[in-house]
Amino acid sequence: MRSDRDWNRASLGQRLAAFAGLAFLHLPVWVIVLYAFTTEDRTYQFPPPGLTLHWFEVAFAREDMWAALRLSLSVAAMATAMALVLGTLAAFALARSRFRGREAVTLLFVLPIALPGIITGIALLSAFKLADFQLGFWTIVTGHATFCIVIVHNNVIARLRRLPQSWIEASMDLGADGTQTFRYVLLPQIATALLAGGMLAFALSFDEIIVTLFTAGHERTLPIWFFNELFRPRERPITNVVAVTVVLVTLIPILLAYWLTRQGEPDGPK
Amino acid sequence: MTRSISAFLYGRRGFYLSLLLLPPLLWLGVVYLGSLFALLMQSFYAIDEFTARIIPEFTLATYRQLVSHPANVDIILRTLGMAVAVTLAAAVIAFPVANYMARYAGGRMKAFFYVGVMTPMWTSYLVKVYAWRLVLAKQGVLSWFVDQFGLTPALEQALATPVVGGPSLASSYLGMFIVFVYMWLPFMILPLAAALERVPASLLQASADLGARPGQTFRQIVLPLALPGLAAGSVFTFSLTLGDYIIPSVVGAPGYFIGMMVYQQQGTAGNIPLAAAFSVVPILLIGAYLTLAKRLGAFDAL
Repeated sequence: MRSDRDWNRASLGQRLAAFAGLAFLHLPVWVIVLYAFTTEDRTYQFPPPGLTLHWFEVAFAREDMWAALRLSLSVAAMATAMALVLGTLAAFALARSRFRGREAVTLLFVLPIALPGIITGIALLSAFKLADFQLGFWTIVTGHATFCIVIVHNNVIARLRRLPQSWIEASMDLGADGTQTFRYVLLPQIATALLAGGMLAFALSFDEIIVTLFTAGHERTLPIWFFNELFRPRERPITNVVAVTVVLVTLIPILLAYWLTRQGEPDGPK
Repeated sequence: MTRSISAFLYGRRGFYLSLLLLPPLLWLGVVYLGSLFALLMQSFYAIDEFTARIIPEFTLATYRQLVSHPANVDIILRTLGMAVAVTLAAAVIAFPVANYMARYAGGRMKAFFYVGVMTPMWTSYLVKVYAWRLVLAKQGVLSWFVDQFGLTPALEQALATPVVGGPSLASSYLGMFIVFVYMWLPFMILPLAAALERVPASLLQASADLGARPGQTFRQIVLPLALPGLAAGSVFTFSLTLGDYIIPSVVGAPGYFIGMMVYQQQGTAGNIPLAAAFSVVPILLIGAYLTLAKRLGAFDAL
């Protein structure tokens, strides 16, 4: 089998290119971490002349930052809750059924993430303007829920399709009614998919800016706050600190979600 | 009680299905499709130039304004050019990474690569854009490294190139291009790796046994089989570049992009009809791209 082993070896060039690509993806993230601790507060000087924790203290004392954070968290919670209900309903309806117009419905359930966010943003805005809606918390939630539904739907439907139909039939044959089958057979099986979909939706909503800038009116979510800070160079150290904090807040639920989704797969962690 | 309800529903699957589907369908059908329709409708309105009020009457004047102003055509061509360049570059950079992930890395190394590609993808979008401002700035990270390797003259020469250059990387199309490629690279790597995972190793061995050089195997075996992955990835890179307005406004040159135009027209200019007409352009371009990809057979193997 020696030839087989050689066959499965990447050449040095191939390996270098692969690792260089990966390094390219990670470089800016590490830059952000480094700059949160720099003592330099005016220029983007590299390497940083010194390191300090001082800016964390300054940033966490900013009331406007906390207000933006609170708004972002409540928007994300509301959008996720709506998406969990609507996305799961849709997944149950579409998982195994065949009906006329199913293709069109399926297309409708990918459209909000297939079209660029700016289309969703400007479309919602023009509808809100036509309907004379006041822009604010609920218009932000509406925009976020629209793409969060798709995320939850995708996660749940993938799990439902892997679930053997025979389990449901067995449950019914053994005398369980629909509610019991749902409670004791289906729900335990899709629980991690729900959790993963919910966490992804939460993180996406928390981080969203493209749609939000259109639908927020005078409200400021954390990404909008951050976006405004980018054009105010004097506050640069605070921007750096908030950046690193946001990375942590979004990344932890997403990595957990990834781990949970993999759990239901044959080759995933047990 | 619940038993009789569930028995009732089990007997009438169609009714049960529509009961499940109705709320989400109403949401996406009314809120989302309704908004898209409102957008399309507004693009056929026009703004009164004197009173700056929107006149709700059907007219093609806004579209005429869109295609007859050379500045607007420039914006569309600039955005399209950037989207094509970013898609090509992302494919070239993504290929070795995806190929290594799919074919050579095994076990722990494969997991390392998948997590390694997904972590930056899921890192906050705005934070990454901001990070690039730190990297590309005049005294920033990149120019320091370039200086360490003694390549500063090369960088200056690149920045002196007309059109793509500029005063610094952080304010040039070259810098913007780098950021776009960076941002959408994972969206190219993942579908490409998924497609390459499905290429049977025996085919490559057979090709080599039959005397094909590695280049020939790549062109005639690997590339056609990887095409669905490339197509899927390129839909992402293309569509995301067409619609983005944050990156051109944070990193970049003076020229406008479609997304910035949409944002500016609806905001400060208050011209929602023109913003709507501008936002129809990416939809048409993506539609055209999908049709082209489909006709070239890019989705046949899916």
